[in-house]
Amino acid sequence: MGTSFKTVMMKPHDKVAVALENIPEGSHVMVTCQGKSFDVEIKEKIEFGHKFAVIPISKGEDILKYGAVIGSATTDISTGEHVHIHNLEGKRGRGDKVD
Amino acid sequence: MINGKKFWGYRRPNGQVGVRNHVLILPTITCATQAAKQITELVQGTVTFIHQHGCAQVGVDYDQTFRTYVGMGANPNVYGVVVLGLGCETHQARSVAGELAKTGKPVEVVSIQDHSGTLGAIAEGSRIAAKMVQAASAQMKELCDFSELIIGTECGGSDACSGLSANPAVGVVSDMLVDHGGTAILAETTELIGAEHLLAERAVDDRTAKRVYEVIGAMENRAIKMGVDIRTGNPSPGNIKGGLSSLEEKSLGASNKSGSRPLQEVIDYAQIPSKKGLVWMDTPGHDIEQLTGMVAGGAQIVLFTTGRGTPTGSPIAPVIKIATNTGIFERMEDNIDLNAGTIIEGKESIESVGQHIFDEIELVASGKLTKAEILKQHDFGIWRIGPTF
Repeated sequence: MGTSFKTVMMKPHDKVAVALENIPEGSHVMVTCQGKSFDVEIKEKIEFGHKFAVIPISKGEDILKYGAVIGSATTDISTGEHVHIHNLEGKRGRGDKVD
Repeated sequence: MINGKKFWGYRRPNGQVGVRNHVLILPTITCATQAAKQITELVQGTVTFIHQHGCAQVGVDYDQTFRTYVGMGANPNVYGVVVLGLGCETHQARSVAGELAKTGKPVEVVSIQDHSGTLGAIAEGSRIAAKMVQAASAQMKELCDFSELIIGTECGGSDACSGLSANPAVGVVSDMLVDHGGTAILAETTELIGAEHLLAERAVDDRTAKRVYEVIGAMENRAIKMGVDIRTGNPSPGNIKGGLSSLEEKSLGASNKSGSRPLQEVIDYAQIPSKKGLVWMDTPGHDIEQLTGMVAGGAQIVLFTTGRGTPTGSPIAPVIKIATNTGIFERMEDNIDLNAGTIIEGKESIESVGQHIFDEIELVASGKLTKAEILKQHDFGIWRIGPTF
């Protein structure tokens, strides 16, 4: 089980971690943050700087990074999936959501 | 307060200290920008900026543009100013010069209509500028204290590393500067949407905390009133390619530049801070408009972090650019001064990179040229807050 890929998770209750190098599909990574650790199977290629889920996230749920809300899930997201604009939407400055 | 950090600067008649000694050719109207450019080509030691403003502006929009012009001339990096007008514009060169005269620095007015057109104005402006440049060159530097510095902080072309490496390192510098009695400007209100609660908690009083929510609310409402998702403009396509998914995510990374010291006040665009320590200037996230606001607010030096890479610079303030990742530092080393990507690689700590940046400020304040200065990257852009009539 390869755990050599560099990742960073900012706060222990975050739902995502950041890849610090390109991680190929199918890799296993061990993500650690302040005493907590997550064994994650990467479901799809994660590019440097991009995020992946460290726990399952349900549709509509808030997504946390830096210990704060960065948006909500637009679909169910499973552990190891890429988290980005295709499944995360911002909640602020959403003039498009005003009737 | 920590004492001891010094630099060699230029003392101004009003007591402020510059880290450069420019003569500024200040065009108050777009019609005068080409003549201003010609003067800078004729006279060594002069700088100017190109813009499209200065006429048919009213109300708060008029005021903000006026304040920006005055702030550029009043910045302590400027030895003297030739204010260049056309003659018939709303932003009168004489009004701007009148405000600038209060600083005690040399200020002269040249008008294209009063000097028989472009060639006459260029000749007159160049003669005045040449005399100012020679006088400026004779000014001796003196040893100045870091408490006299106002440093602007900015991130542009952000990526997912910005909030992990360069921005926290700038936060360390912000704290160090505040501890030395200086002033650090946090700005780009748009890119603090989603992180405002963290800043409000650090406000020195209730009034300042209330202002935090007011400026954030006003910025967010502009997008809401337009009926658009702010994400169509911010984060930008480059931010998104770099891994940032929402404005809130970008903001939480951007707010790291503010370090950990108390927030003293929230000031308007291009306003000079009334307090030392950490202050927040209400600016948009647009790199050049933010940069211009901070420089017009008196920042002598700007720290600029970038993950996607940018050439940004100012005609009058050195901009120290800091890469968030080693890849962009190596690809754009012509433009970027320092590398914080070593934090991502685990080779250096955030504190250690912060110390390098702080040491670089000492060198740049004493005269070391930044990459943007060497490449003559003279960016300027005003945050317009009203229509042109």
